[in-house]
Amino acid sequence: MTMTITEKILARHAGLEEVRPGMLINARVDIALGNDITAPIAIDVFRKAGAKKVFDRDRIVLVPDHFAPNKDIESAEQCKIMRDFAREHQISHYFEIGEAGVEHALLPEKGIVGPGDLVVGADSHTCTYGALGAFATGVGSTDLAAAMLTGELWFKVPETIKFVYHGKRRPWVSGKDLILYTIGRIGVDGALYRAMEFTGETVRGLTMADRLTMANMAIEAGGKNGIFIPDAITEAYVQGRAERPYEFYFSDPDAAYHSVIEIDVGKIEPQVSFPHLPSNARGISQVGDVRIDQSIIGSCTNGRIEDLRVAASILKGRHAAPGMRLIILPATPAVYRQAMHEGLFDIFLDAGAVISLPTCGPCLGGYMGILAKGERSVATTNRNFVGRMGHPGSEVYLAGPAVAAATAVAGRLAGPEQLILGTEPLLIPN
Amino acid sequence: MKIRGRIWKFGDNIDTDAIIPARYLNIWDPQGLAAHCMEDADPEFMKKMRPGDILVGGENFGCGSSREHAPIAIKAAGIACVVAKRFARIFYRNSFNMGLPIFESTELWGLVENGAEIEVDADAGLIRIVGAAADPLKIPPVPPFMQQLIADGGLMNHLAKGKAK
Repeated sequence: MTMTITEKILARHAGLEEVRPGMLINARVDIALGNDITAPIAIDVFRKAGAKKVFDRDRIVLVPDHFAPNKDIESAEQCKIMRDFAREHQISHYFEIGEAGVEHALLPEKGIVGPGDLVVGADSHTCTYGALGAFATGVGSTDLAAAMLTGELWFKVPETIKFVYHGKRRPWVSGKDLILYTIGRIGVDGALYRAMEFTGETVRGLTMADRLTMANMAIEAGGKNGIFIPDAITEAYVQGRAERPYEFYFSDPDAAYHSVIEIDVGKIEPQVSFPHLPSNARGISQVGDVRIDQSIIGSCTNGRIEDLRVAASILKGRHAAPGMRLIILPATPAVYRQAMHEGLFDIFLDAGAVISLPTCGPCLGGYMGILAKGERSVATTNRNFVGRMGHPGSEVYLAGPAVAAATAVAGRLAGPEQLILGTEPLLIPN
Repeated sequence: MKIRGRIWKFGDNIDTDAIIPARYLNIWDPQGLAAHCMEDADPEFMKKMRPGDILVGGENFGCGSSREHAPIAIKAAGIACVVAKRFARIFYRNSFNMGLPIFESTELWGLVENGAEIEVDADAGLIRIVGAAADPLKIPPVPPFMQQLIADGGLMNHLAKGKAK
């Protein structure tokens, strides 16, 4: 029988020879993740069920990142619930402030998740780890409680949609642009309940950072997971990081797919997703004249060092437009230190940016860049729903780091090419 | 299980930020969350709704975040059940796991207006629009495992019962 990579990983973890889409299975979980928003409810459910002991203190990961460092008293209480639980159960992967970063940047960076793993996280962007060739999916707090207790969870085996990317990327087109374009093409429910398998010559040439960005947003098309076939780039990334033995799985050449979608990358320009759905994607040449108040560069989608380098390459020697709030959020302490060592902080500070601590913060309207009524932010984050970054009357425009940086300089939606060519009248060269 | 109630109709892609905005995720007490239920979809919702009412959604209801706060807020607000054309998968899972009754119907949305009364017969798999002459609408059957989850009162109770056997 032939299977896709997703089916093979699920079969292995369920102790089955094979699985088929639609099957309900019980599978072993390698890593169960929670954060300061979702873990308190999971811990409450865990305790109310009379549970006394976690299945494996080394397989549970708890990261305070959403409203941490504590943004208010309520957040402090939530973080404390998680911290106390981590102490009580001697959770080895609890990260205190200073070690903690945005969870989906932190776990791959630390080698806590690896190829072939089955990972569940009480956070919808857990699908990020599919970049490594793992099956990773978001679940709720009750699921997390059950996984922490038993080390297992129920799953419905998804059908897989295969995305084949071919052609050469245009300048400044990143993994973010490919995934925004893809979601624009299939819609926010285009992959509902399904696995998204990203393949083709173009993605084989993508860095791990770009792959992490793409897998991160599978949920924005309704996907259960996003996954890449592991290769030499995967091997180079996990070498020296992986905490546990890992295994590469590959889709069989004649595996069955729900559908196959071919994408000619050569036609894709840098993308912007307009309010209020990630699927409202447009090429940068089609955005029109949209004045922007704030630019957010960071998050689990685009807060890695590669993203900050792209932003710095555009911001170097330039300054944010008058009235523009430019906020950079390195996603982890390691990214923070690396950016500092590379001199990126000087570039950002010279450009008029503020450099935030690693936190999810503004992405979900927590803090560190909340919008007032009528304000607009370009953001390298992953959601632009109504009220996502603040007032329900504010707007979020999703883009990659190149567009977010160029927009910060121009004061209105712009790509790096518009900026460099000087076609934007509001340009203020430093 | 039969649920009869007045409906509140919402459109496609009602995301979890609309159901419970992230700015309230520093709350995890169910009643505290319920106070802001559906706030960014309809700021007046909690003033207008009555316990026992039913939410009717379009495509992809509950998309976005994995926050279980969303079904918790709906349940704690006193909403009896949610009927939508389709549910986003994490919301779907969460609802079964924590015991919020949800039902799929592609037809109902187009046949009712705000304020209509419906009756959901979960055992028979039918939805009846009260006062309408039309035949009841069929609800697609839920897999036996998930029926068991509901019967056991959610995932943790289900696990506890499994262990006791």
